[in-house]
Amino acid sequence: MERQAIVDKVKNYVLAQFLPGEDPNELTPDTPLMTTGILDSLATLKLVTFLEQEFNITVEAHEADAENLNTLDQIADLVSGKL
Amino acid sequence: MTLQRYLEDAVAQHGERVAVREPGDVAITYRELGELSDRLRDRLVALGVEPGDRVGIYLRKTIDTVASIFGILKTGAAYVPVDPSAPPARNAFIFGNCSVKVAITESRFEAGLRKHLAEEKAAPELIVIDEAGGGVGLKKALDASPRAPQSATVYTSADALAYILYTSGSTGKPKGVMLTQRNATSFVDWCSETFEPVPSDVFSSHAPFHFDLSILDIYTPLKHGATLALIPEDIGKEPQKLAQLMVDAGITVWYSTPSILSLLVQYGKLEEKDLSRIRTVLFAGEVFPIVHLKALHKILPKPRYFNLYGPTETNVCTFYELPSSIPADRADPFPIGVVCSHLEAAVVDDEGNVVTKGERGELVIRGASVTPGYWNLPEQTAKAYLNSGIGAGDDDKRAEVRWYKTGDIVTEEAGGVYIYAGRKDRMVKKRGYRVELGEIESCLYRHPQVREAAVIALPDDELGLKVRAHLSTRDGERISVIALKGFCAQHLPVYMIPDVFAFHGELPKTSTEKTDYQALMRME
Repeated sequence: MERQAIVDKVKNYVLAQFLPGEDPNELTPDTPLMTTGILDSLATLKLVTFLEQEFNITVEAHEADAENLNTLDQIADLVSGKL
Repeated sequence: MTLQRYLEDAVAQHGERVAVREPGDVAITYRELGELSDRLRDRLVALGVEPGDRVGIYLRKTIDTVASIFGILKTGAAYVPVDPSAPPARNAFIFGNCSVKVAITESRFEAGLRKHLAEEKAAPELIVIDEAGGGVGLKKALDASPRAPQSATVYTSADALAYILYTSGSTGKPKGVMLTQRNATSFVDWCSETFEPVPSDVFSSHAPFHFDLSILDIYTPLKHGATLALIPEDIGKEPQKLAQLMVDAGITVWYSTPSILSLLVQYGKLEEKDLSRIRTVLFAGEVFPIVHLKALHKILPKPRYFNLYGPTETNVCTFYELPSSIPADRADPFPIGVVCSHLEAAVVDDEGNVVTKGERGELVIRGASVTPGYWNLPEQTAKAYLNSGIGAGDDDKRAEVRWYKTGDIVTEEAGGVYIYAGRKDRMVKKRGYRVELGEIESCLYRHPQVREAAVIALPDDELGLKVRAHLSTRDGERISVIALKGFCAQHLPVYMIPDVFAFHGELPKTSTEKTDYQALMRME
């Protein structure tokens, strides 16, 4: 799967789940998600479940942190490394 | 000294000067105000009012209201002013609660008041003014009955009640803060010392008379033969008319909540007005968002600015004079300042022990303007005050002294300057962290697009506690949540970033023009 396709899928999910009504243009590949509270701990758990089901991968507990999941770019890196 | 004595002295010294002015060039001199209040005193005494009684005032803010206040004080009774825009049921509850012997009202309020007084099983005598304004309405009402025999003005003791101000109570029923003559005069004397009024001064009267800001407004100018410029309730909320009134009345000392000054600076076209007579700007009641304060200071750089702080239970207890220029990069609100000369302050922890200097704690206050408590609510009174050994034995030999617990969290900096950190009861715990909702508001006010911000915490099934920010913006447009959360992340730890943002044209306000948090809590 192309990297851009991963970014788009995750972006649509984050917008629909955690940012209803938000202008999609505001959410860029480098928008911080965890350090700004857009993804709180509960939302992060939901996102990890989504990634595992959508891309058929396993995200380890130690990977579910702001170093790996803070931006769409980082999430795409994590996912593409596991495909 | 008593409040009624201020007026008697001013009548003797400044009889022909204007004491009170209404819009439209309607005014009353000290001599006339003295006479009108004497006539009301005589009527009240004829109706059976005695020293120690309570008399209600349910009038729009007019010269008639000021004359009523002094007429009541001259009988030795305490006055109980209510909000004329509040529901009659609430006002009838207040009159019933402190069992006023007489209530002074206007025809327009009479039917509603009578109906609800009956429900409260209260039956005070009513003096009904057809239409308050210029003192003429009160005079007509007094003329309508045969002249009452002349009585003498009563100079009550310093411990006698002067007035009761009802504030919203946590139980949902208003509670009456009792204020003695000494509470009021010690504060007014401090105002004299600090603001140095002169007879040529014109003080604004923006706050409604049921609000404690009105004490400075009414008594400080009257003590010095200066003029009180009444601002009626309707004009008080319309920035352009209000700005014009400031010019027309020639106001020299302005006092209001920051909300009103924020409105004035944004919509009052102040830059087009000649406000060069204003020498002092006082504000109190809430934190002044720094963006609006800077904007005001830019338009009006000349006056001295004071941030006054204090709950109704102490009146103003700390104050801070702003520097003559405000640094452009200042983002924090100004301190609440140093304790007033007639009071003492301490900062205590939850156990009532003084904290190490510089640590956070609750501000407690003692001294001449600290009120005796709430009308007929001994339990709430006991909870609100701290009997402590702190400060005991200094000037008296008592083992314990009585402090009022402000419920405000502060830190003390060098020079005894207090920094406001928020309400004790607005401290919530989120994910185990202590979160001060006021601190989140201060952060939101730094955002250039934010006009008003109010943050509340609500129970939440998933998060335990959800922090919701209510905002209004300068252009009325929503701000991107991503942008807002990103902005907050620059100033706050992530657990303090609001979970939800709600946008409004403007935030709901209470009758005293403060943000109505109760209304925000009720919003879905």
